[in-house]
Amino acid sequence: MSLRLTGATAGRVLRQLRNDPRTIGILLVLPCVLIGLIAWMFEGTPVLNSFGPLLVGLFPLVVMFIVTSVATLRERQSGTLERLMTTPTGKADILLGYMVAFGVVAIVQALVLIGFSLWVAGMEVAGELWLVVVVAVLDAILGTALGLAASAIARTEFQAVQLMPVVIFPQLIASGLIMPRAEMPGVLEAVSRVLPLTYGMEALQKLAKGGGFEEVRGAVGVVVLFIVGALVLGAATLRRRTP
Amino acid sequence: MGNSGTAIEIRGLRVVRGGKHGVTVIDGMDLDVPSGQVVGLLGPSGSGKTTLMRAIVGVQEVEAGSVEVLGRPAGDPSLRHRVGYVTQSPSVYSDLSVVENLRYFAALLGASEDDVVRSLRDVDLTPLAGRRVGVLSGGERSRVSLAVALLASPDLLVLDEPTVGLDPVLRRDLWNLFRSLSTGGTSLLVSSHVMDEATRCDRLLLLRDGRVLADSTLPDLLERTRTTDVEQAFLALVDSDSDAKDLR
Repeated sequence: MSLRLTGATAGRVLRQLRNDPRTIGILLVLPCVLIGLIAWMFEGTPVLNSFGPLLVGLFPLVVMFIVTSVATLRERQSGTLERLMTTPTGKADILLGYMVAFGVVAIVQALVLIGFSLWVAGMEVAGELWLVVVVAVLDAILGTALGLAASAIARTEFQAVQLMPVVIFPQLIASGLIMPRAEMPGVLEAVSRVLPLTYGMEALQKLAKGGGFEEVRGAVGVVVLFIVGALVLGAATLRRRTP
Repeated sequence: MGNSGTAIEIRGLRVVRGGKHGVTVIDGMDLDVPSGQVVGLLGPSGSGKTTLMRAIVGVQEVEAGSVEVLGRPAGDPSLRHRVGYVTQSPSVYSDLSVVENLRYFAALLGASEDDVVRSLRDVDLTPLAGRRVGVLSGGERSRVSLAVALLASPDLLVLDEPTVGLDPVLRRDLWNLFRSLSTGGTSLLVSSHVMDEATRCDRLLLLRDGRVLADSTLPDLLERTRTTDVEQAFLALVDSDSDAKDLR
């Protein structure tokens, strides 16, 4: 692994994105539109203040998951990944390069979304705002890491697109967003504990209720561990030699 | 360097493509490819040319046998900037410009901006440097892919059908480039299913069903098979090969 090689790949991925302004537009505008719709729907109620921070973490995660899994699949199918494997680049350089590039996108996306939620949609956060930003960015990076790991399973574009519902929906249902985890059947609650999104949502729920760093640091730590785990898994599925 | 020594040494190579229920593409191949020459790898589609090349550059899972490249096991980390590989379909980023593609791979290979300029010139793409690869023609794209392989001035170039879809002028220019690279000491292994490109090579390898039917120079091949061109020679070898099989 080297800083120079990781940086080269990160720069290349960002350059590819820059050549695709429509994707940048969708990445930045779509989450804002969704938050705007929710704010409009629940105008005059406190729903946005309790659910808004969760969605600020959720939308970037979903979007980054899709973008990453499709981008990685494209790299596998176009033969460029095979070519990279014949150069001095390490597997970690490629993965971290993607991670850094999409991490930058995730940060911008989360900042734009939070800015929109606060100043346009009128969301108020009871807890510490900077922590909401940190957790939202981590959730987006988690989406990237999961996308990198999951894309190894996909052989076709059809499969890659289907991965989103396969990987994200069960996590969403069990994360406590729809029903508080304490009220779930025991088995489901136990399952939710091994899913990364649960911890991202837990942290944001606490922050929405007025929590500070003390309350969320455990959940944030778990999210970081899942990011590292997904990256290691992603690296394990990248092979120099293929059958 | 020069015409002495072996660039590639293959012993008992066996390759099964496609995992568990795969197909045996190469079964027990022995092969020596001399260095500093242009060696043509000819054979019909499905004869194992691409698989053999993948094994040589070290991206192919190998069932049995050994592949040594420039004195190291194929795929060895020390070979990664000494071997250039061009896949059959151009493996470059279609959403980047020509020069952005080259600069990215140059950064990975530790090549300089001068190398980028030289590679562009070698494949005659300098006027198209700023163009997005996605809008280029098929032949132009495959030349971008070739330019990437030239960046690090590798000792061995493995080219999988580099002249497919190119017009006669470009094909001649590329073969001239291959010739001048080999004069400079580079070893080249070039696959083609166009038999008449054989005249451009120092040595020929005829492949069929994953086996080496012939490994010689063109004049020797023609003399041995008593034919006048490679296509006839190939057919003669196939016929005598099937006869030999029938006898067994």
